[in-house]
Amino acid sequence: MELHQLTLTQAVELLAKGEVSSLELTQALIGRIEDTEPRVNAYLTLTPEMALDQAKAADQARAQGQAGPLAGVPAGLKDVLCTAGVRTTCGSKILENFVPPFDAFLVSRLKDAGMVLLGKHNMDEFAMGSSTENSGFGPSHNPWDLGAIPGGSSGGTAASVAAGSSIFSVGTDTGGSIRQPASHCGVVGLKPTYGRVSRFGLVAFASSLDQAGPITRTVADAALVLSVIAGHDPADSTCAPRPVPDYAASLERGVKGLKLGAPREFFVEGLDPEVEATVKKAMSVLEGMGAELVEVSLPHTEYALPVYYIIAPAEASSNLARYDGVKYGLSVRAEDGGLMDMYLDTRSQGFGQEVIRRIMLGTYALSAGYYDAYYGKAGQVRTLIRRDFEAVFEKVDALLGPVTPTPAFDLGQKVDDPLQMYLSDVFTLSTNLAGLPGMSIPAGFSRAGRPIGLQIIGPHFAEETLFAVGHAYQLATEHHLRQPPL
Amino acid sequence: MKISPSEVAHVAVLARLRLSEEMSQKLTGQLNDILTAMDKLAELDTSGVPGTNHALELNGAMRPDQARPCLGHGQALANAPDSDGQSFIVPRVI
Repeated sequence: MELHQLTLTQAVELLAKGEVSSLELTQALIGRIEDTEPRVNAYLTLTPEMALDQAKAADQARAQGQAGPLAGVPAGLKDVLCTAGVRTTCGSKILENFVPPFDAFLVSRLKDAGMVLLGKHNMDEFAMGSSTENSGFGPSHNPWDLGAIPGGSSGGTAASVAAGSSIFSVGTDTGGSIRQPASHCGVVGLKPTYGRVSRFGLVAFASSLDQAGPITRTVADAALVLSVIAGHDPADSTCAPRPVPDYAASLERGVKGLKLGAPREFFVEGLDPEVEATVKKAMSVLEGMGAELVEVSLPHTEYALPVYYIIAPAEASSNLARYDGVKYGLSVRAEDGGLMDMYLDTRSQGFGQEVIRRIMLGTYALSAGYYDAYYGKAGQVRTLIRRDFEAVFEKVDALLGPVTPTPAFDLGQKVDDPLQMYLSDVFTLSTNLAGLPGMSIPAGFSRAGRPIGLQIIGPHFAEETLFAVGHAYQLATEHHLRQPPL
Repeated sequence: MKISPSEVAHVAVLARLRLSEEMSQKLTGQLNDILTAMDKLAELDTSGVPGTNHALELNGAMRPDQARPCLGHGQALANAPDSDGQSFIVPRVI
């Protein structure tokens, strides 16, 4: 096995035993980045010199007996997370030269734990998209099939973890942006409960839905990363003031006696037969290990898509009003132009088409005369979706289902049809609307060799149950151990 | 038609966006498709259902009202498109 193929758990163990130094591991990853980037394009910014300095510092600290839980482990991060002194573009031309003066809360946590920063991952502009094709800097490619999308919006992140150019990473998920690319790239992606991880320093898209979480090779790795980034942050008033449980301990709980629900509405027309067969097979594996499978119903599932595409653009139109060319970012100033010209020119030239589309949609939905019909109505239906989940979680411990309706589609296939593109999030949106934790784990491959994920959804703050189910599944299967043909 | 070309133009001004003629036309078509898909919500009777703005009921997070360190002048202005070292400079407002 080569160093870049290590899981996070393995890397931490080898570093602790002194069998590999952080400098060696970081050099190996930089080599892997040089090898794979021309084909995968997972990174927007690389920081190799800084990474080597951090690796040396981590090795020195370890020699003095000081090593955090991620000490010396090299990783890139999604470019939606502010990194002090390192360019943070959010995939947008409007932030092409933005260098944040501070770290996101979770970035500080990762640094305190000893992470070595390799660079920043490509993504759909402002996290709006399902393929990375909305990146202002060109798409990433799926390591399993370079002609396929890696998913999005955390597509560069998932592709990088799959390609071995990052030992682990952290992405963000507003409607599926961690789970969908994780599913398409054959890695683990966890969207924690809303409020589990601070949003401070995470460039805002839709504030009532955005949540950051791990993208890793194994469920055990995801548990380790979450234990580092979760916890209360007074700088985010929506961050839950709850203690962080011992996630590592939850891995070994097993599934015996757990009741797992299969929502009828997740197995409907439009679900690719290969995805359906793979997900059902994974469910029977868990049943064989002692879980009880129960069919349940989430009757408002089909309304999640229209609710999401009102609420998310509405919040985005408000959040993205800050890009006005005054304080940071692109500023287009015509010679005889006034303030209004600056606003109009800066925003029109700086934002890409999908971002403009969503700002327009959100502005319309919030505008006088339409607010009740769109935003008001969507908020009410959101309540019905939330109640559906509350009712099923009185009967079952977690839900199982597909992550996406199809395996990864080809690059270019859906760029001109936004509504079709939106449909790829149809099974992930409702968990964001209800604030629930959801995780994608590798469950198999299509005949064409593209990965297929299994989604596990739990009640609020039941990440431990997701880890127990996911880890039990990974002990019994080997899909997560396969390496892409890169 | 859910949204007319003149409404698209009006919304663009509200959103502080300058749209080319081509972009305007394309957006009018796409927004109409998307808004038509949203009509699905009208199937549901939601009278008496309270709205959800946030998935978790975390109301009124409080903290002591204490002064804390904040970004210094230089840091705050470091990304400014134009500044005199003290303030952000913008084009003439009036």
